[in-house]
Amino acid sequence: MHVTSRAFHKNVRGAVADPNLRRSLATMKTGFRANRAKAAAALPEFEALRDAGAAIKDRTLAHLDHYLERFEARVEESGGQVHWARDGDEACRAVLDICRAHAARMVTKGKSMVAEEIALNAALEAAGIQPVETDLGEYIIQLRGEVPSHIIAPAIHVRKHQVADSFRENHPQFPADRPLEEPRDLLDEARAVLRDRFLTADVGITGANMLVAETGSTIIVTNEGNGDLTQLLPRVHIVVTSIEKVVPTLEDAATVLRLLARSATGQPMASYTTLSTGPRRPGDADGPEHFHVVLLDNGRSRMLGTEFRDALRCIRCAACINHCPIYGAVGGHAYGSVYPGPIGSVITPALASLEDAAALPNASTLCGRCEAVCPMRIPLPRMLRNWREHEVARRLAPARVRWGLRLWSFAARRPALYRAGTGLVARLLVRLGGRRGRLARAPLAGAWTRVRDLPAPPAGGTFMDQVRIKQSKARDGR
Amino acid sequence: MSQSARQAVLDGIRASLRRGPLPPETAAVLDTRLSRPEPNVVPAIALGDRRTLVARFLAAAEAAAATTQRVPPGEEGAAVADFLRAHALPAAVAVAADPRLDGLAAAPMLCVTRRGADHGAPTDADRVGVSHALAGLAETGTLLLASGPECPATLNMLPDVHVVVVRALDVVGGLEDGWDRLRRHAGAAPLPRTVHLVTGPSRTGDIEQTLQLGAHGPRRLHIVLIDDDPAAIRA
Repeated sequence: MHVTSRAFHKNVRGAVADPNLRRSLATMKTGFRANRAKAAAALPEFEALRDAGAAIKDRTLAHLDHYLERFEARVEESGGQVHWARDGDEACRAVLDICRAHAARMVTKGKSMVAEEIALNAALEAAGIQPVETDLGEYIIQLRGEVPSHIIAPAIHVRKHQVADSFRENHPQFPADRPLEEPRDLLDEARAVLRDRFLTADVGITGANMLVAETGSTIIVTNEGNGDLTQLLPRVHIVVTSIEKVVPTLEDAATVLRLLARSATGQPMASYTTLSTGPRRPGDADGPEHFHVVLLDNGRSRMLGTEFRDALRCIRCAACINHCPIYGAVGGHAYGSVYPGPIGSVITPALASLEDAAALPNASTLCGRCEAVCPMRIPLPRMLRNWREHEVARRLAPARVRWGLRLWSFAARRPALYRAGTGLVARLLVRLGGRRGRLARAPLAGAWTRVRDLPAPPAGGTFMDQVRIKQSKARDGR
Repeated sequence: MSQSARQAVLDGIRASLRRGPLPPETAAVLDTRLSRPEPNVVPAIALGDRRTLVARFLAAAEAAAATTQRVPPGEEGAAVADFLRAHALPAAVAVAADPRLDGLAAAPMLCVTRRGADHGAPTDADRVGVSHALAGLAETGTLLLASGPECPATLNMLPDVHVVVVRALDVVGGLEDGWDRLRRHAGAAPLPRTVHLVTGPSRTGDIEQTLQLGAHGPRRLHIVLIDDDPAAIRA
C-alpha cells in the first residue's frame, strides 16, 4: 500500500490554505452529518442494530478461515472462481492474468477502495490495459490524475467549475461552447461518455461491500447504477475485495445493509443493492460469462491477532470521516493514504507501517465523535491512543515529545510535585498574559501560538486552588 | 501462486486466532447455522398487516423518488400506457419475456418488444424497460428482482425509464421475508446470477454533494402495483 503520510504536516498547511477545499468540506458537514442523524433517529431499532452488526462481525472474525472457505466453495459451485492474494502485488497480478486470458484492452471499473489500496489502475496501465472509472466521482478524479479524498465521495474536494474544466479538456467530441455550469449538465455528459464505455469494455471490475458465505454471493451497494452496468455488460466480471468483508448469511447481510446506507448518506437503502452469484446461467440472455473473486489479505490476517482486530468490523460507510473535525478541516488528501479520517488513521499503520504513518494516529483530537457514530461500534479513539503508545515505545515519536511525556509522567505520579509545578506555571502565564489576558508567544507552545493567541489561565490559581477556595468558603458560610 | 497464497492467508488467520483449523464438530455447528439462517434485529417497519405493508411499501418507494400506481389485475397494460403518455414518453417499450407480463405486453396502446428468452438481450436503444419483481419490501419501498432467462438483469439498468410490475401478494415486510422468497425461488440451485434490490431511480451526489436523479441507471422508476390481495385493498 502506497502511503505518503510522512508529508502530513506539509499537506495540512496546503489544505487549510485552499479556499476550494474549505467550501467543499463545509457542504459535507451540513449534508452527510444531518442526513445520518435524521436516518438514525427515524429508526427506533438503530442502536440495537449497531449492537447486532458488531456482534455478527465479531462472530465472523472469530471463524474467519471457516467462512472464507465456505464462501469459496459456494462461489465455485455457482461457476465462479476465487483467487487468494497475500498482498497488493499478488492481487494485481491475479487481475492482470484474468484480463490477459481474455485479451482485454479496456476495462470498466465500479468504485472499489480495495482497488485503490492495491493501486490497480497503475498496474493495468503498465500492462497496456486501459482502466475506465465509471462512478462519477471516481471518473472525475481519474481525469484529474488524483486519488480519492473520501471513501464514499471520492471527488468531494472538487468544485463543479473544476469538473467542467476537466470535461472540456477530456471530451473534445462535444462543442467547446456547450453549457457546463449546472451539475445536471455535467452528469448528463458523463452519462453519455461512459455509456459507450460500458457497452464496449472487455472486463468489468467492481469491489464488494459484503461477501455471503451461505450463498457465495458478492454484494455491492451503490446509487448510480454504474456498478451494475460495469458487471453485467462485459464478458468477464472480476470482484476485487478483501477477506474481512465476509458475513455468514443473508440475514446477517440484512443487518449490515440496514446500517450501511443510513450511516453513509442517510438513505434507508441505497438505490441499488446487488447480489452477484457466479456467471450467467444457461439460458440467461445477459450477464457476464465469467465470474472471478480476488480475495485480498494485505495485512488483515495479521491485524486479526492484535488490539486492532475490531477495526476489521469496518463496513466503509465513512460516518467516522464525515464527523471528524480534523478531516473536516484538512480533507482526505492530507492524510496521504487512500483511507483517510479516523478509520484510515487506525488501519493505515496496520496495513502499511507505523513508520510511514505515525503522523496519522496523532491527527485526532480524540473527541470521540467517530466512535459515537460508528455503526460497528469500533473503539477508534482507543485504537488511536494504542498507536500513539506504539509510537513512543518504538521511539518513532520525536525525542522532545518522548522527553516531554517522560517528564509529564514523572510529575503526574507525584501529586504534590504536580500541583506545585502547575501552580508555578499558572502564575507565570497570568503574569505573561498581562492585562490582555492572552499570550502571543509562549515557550514550548510555538505550534499553538503561531496561528492564535494562548489564553492565560484565570487569575486566582489553578483549578485545584480554586476548588479548595470554594470549599473553604462553603464551610465558612455554613 | 494461488494455492500457496490461499494456504498462507488461512494460516495467517489461524495464527492470529491462536488455533489450527477448526475441529470438525465446531465446523459442523457453524455449517448448521449457515443452512438454517436466523434473523437478527428486525425493525418494526418490516412488520404489520397486509394493508399496512402494501401502503408502507408504496409510501417508502415514493420517499425514494419512485412514482407508483395501484391498478386492479388485468389493467397493468393500460396503466403503463397512461404513465408513458402523461410523461410524454414513447409508447415503445421493452418488456421482459416473463410470462407474468404477457397480459401487459398484449395491451393495444403499447408498442412492445420482448427481451430475454429467445428474444435476445436488452439493448442500449431500449428507452423504456418493463420488468416484473419477485417481491416488494415494505420496510424501505424496495423492489426485489431476480435474473433468469426470462428476466434479463440489464433491463433493470439500461433503459432511461424503468417500469416494474409487482403484485400486492408479493409485497412482504422486510429483507428477511425477501430472502425467504428468493430462497424458495432458487430451490436447491444457487441464487440467480443477479439479484437487484432497487430503491428508487439511480442518483448521484458526486458533484458538490448536490443530489441528482438519473445517473448511469434509469432516470425514472415507476412501480405498477397489481391489487390482487383482497386483504391489502384500501377500505
